[in-house]
Amino acid sequence: MMTIEELHTNPAYQDALVDLLYQLADDDFIVAYRGSEWLGLAPHIEEDVAFSSISQDTMGHATMLYELLESIGEGDANALAHARKADERKNAILLEMVNGSGTYLQEPKYDWAFAVVRHYCYTLAKTIKMKSLQQSSFEPLAQLAVKINMELHYHLLHWKTWFTQLMKIPGESQERMVAAWDRVMKDMKGVLALGSYEEDLVKYNVMTNETQLMHSWMQEMQSLISNYHLPIEVRLKMNSGNGRLGEHSKDLEDALNTLSSVYRIDPTAAW
Amino acid sequence: MIHAKQVEEALHQVKDPEIDTVSIVDLGMVENVTVDHAHIIVKLLPTFMGCPALEIIKNNVEATLTQSIKGIEKISVQFLYSPPWTSSRITERGMKQLKAFGIAPPPKQMDATGEWHVDCPYCQSTYTTMDNLFGPTACRSILYCHTCKNPFEAMKPVSTI
Repeated sequence: MMTIEELHTNPAYQDALVDLLYQLADDDFIVAYRGSEWLGLAPHIEEDVAFSSISQDTMGHATMLYELLESIGEGDANALAHARKADERKNAILLEMVNGSGTYLQEPKYDWAFAVVRHYCYTLAKTIKMKSLQQSSFEPLAQLAVKINMELHYHLLHWKTWFTQLMKIPGESQERMVAAWDRVMKDMKGVLALGSYEEDLVKYNVMTNETQLMHSWMQEMQSLISNYHLPIEVRLKMNSGNGRLGEHSKDLEDALNTLSSVYRIDPTAAW
Repeated sequence: MIHAKQVEEALHQVKDPEIDTVSIVDLGMVENVTVDHAHIIVKLLPTFMGCPALEIIKNNVEATLTQSIKGIEKISVQFLYSPPWTSSRITERGMKQLKAFGIAPPPKQMDATGEWHVDCPYCQSTYTTMDNLFGPTACRSILYCHTCKNPFEAMKPVSTI
C-alpha cells in the first residue's frame, strides 16, 4: 500500500496518480455543474429535488478528490476547482457539452433525453472505476472509493429508472432517447479513457486498464439492453477529442467562465 | 483537565441541523474524540459527502463545546470518509427519535436487488410506496403511505455491501 507520506519515494507513481485524480475530480466537477444547470428546469418537481441532490453529492465527491490533490501538494483545492484553465483540465469532453441550446438564464432549451443518457452512462462508468479503485494500491483513494461507491448505488438506481422507462415508451420518447444515445456513444469512449499514464497506473496497481474498464462497461450495458429489449447498440467512440490529454471544446471555456465568476471576484474570500 | 467523556457528553447537545430531535452522536456520526491537554479533536463521519449541512455541524460542534466546557484552547473538527458511515451506526434511541420527527428510520435489511421497504412512521402501515429516492437531502427519500394518505420521509439504508 502507498500512502501520501511515501509518495515522494516514487515520482513515476506520483505523476500517474496525480493525472488520474485530476481526471476523476474534473469529471465529477463538470458533470455536477451541468447537472446543477437543470435546477428549476427538470421535468417535474420531484426530479428537480432528486437531480439537484445528486449533483450536490457529485460535487461533494469532486471536493474530496481536489482535497486529496491538495494534500499531495498540488495546491489549494478551491483554486484547483475554479482557477485552472480549460487546457489544464482532464475531464472527458462528453461531460462538458452544453445541456442544449440557450443558457440557464435565457431560453434554456435543454434536452432531457441527453441528460438522462449522459448521466446514466457516466454513472455506470464511474461505478465501474470506483469498484476497481477499491483495490487501489493508493490507500486514501481506495478508502475514498468505498465511500463514493456506497452513495453511487443510489445515483445509478435513479438514472437507470429514467433510462429504461424513457427508452421503452414508443414515439417521441424513444426517438429522442435513441438520438441522445447515438450522440453519447460518439464520445463515451473518452469517459472510459485513462490518458497518457495508463501503463504506469496499471503497473503500480493504482487501477485496472482501459480495455478492462471498457469491457466491464459494455458487458453491464449489454445485459441491460437485452433484459429490457432496448433498441440500441453499444459502439464506443471518441470523435470530439481526448479530454484526458487536455483537449476540450468551447463549451468548457464558457462553463468555466460562468462557474468561476464569483470565485474570481475575490479568490481569497472564505465562503 | 478535560476528559474525552465530558466532550462526548456535550456532543449529545449537537443536533442534526434539519432534524432537531436527533443528536450527531445518535446518528452515529461521531467516530472519535481525543483530548490533548486543552486541544480537542473531534472526528466525524459524514452520512453523504455532498451533505450541505457539514459546515453547519462543524460550527455547531465548536460553539457547543466552547460553551459547555471550560478551558478549551483549540477545537479541531475533522470529517473522515474512512471508515465509511453506514446506517447501522444509528443508535436505537436515534431510530426512535427519527421516527418521532416523522422520518422513518433506515431499514436494517436490503434485498439482493438493493430494494428496501419501510413502514409509515405515523400510522405504522406497511402499505407504502416510494415516491422519490432522493428527498430534500441525499440521505433521505420521500415515500407515500396509502393507508393514512401522508407523504413521509425515510432515511436511506447505506451499507458497504
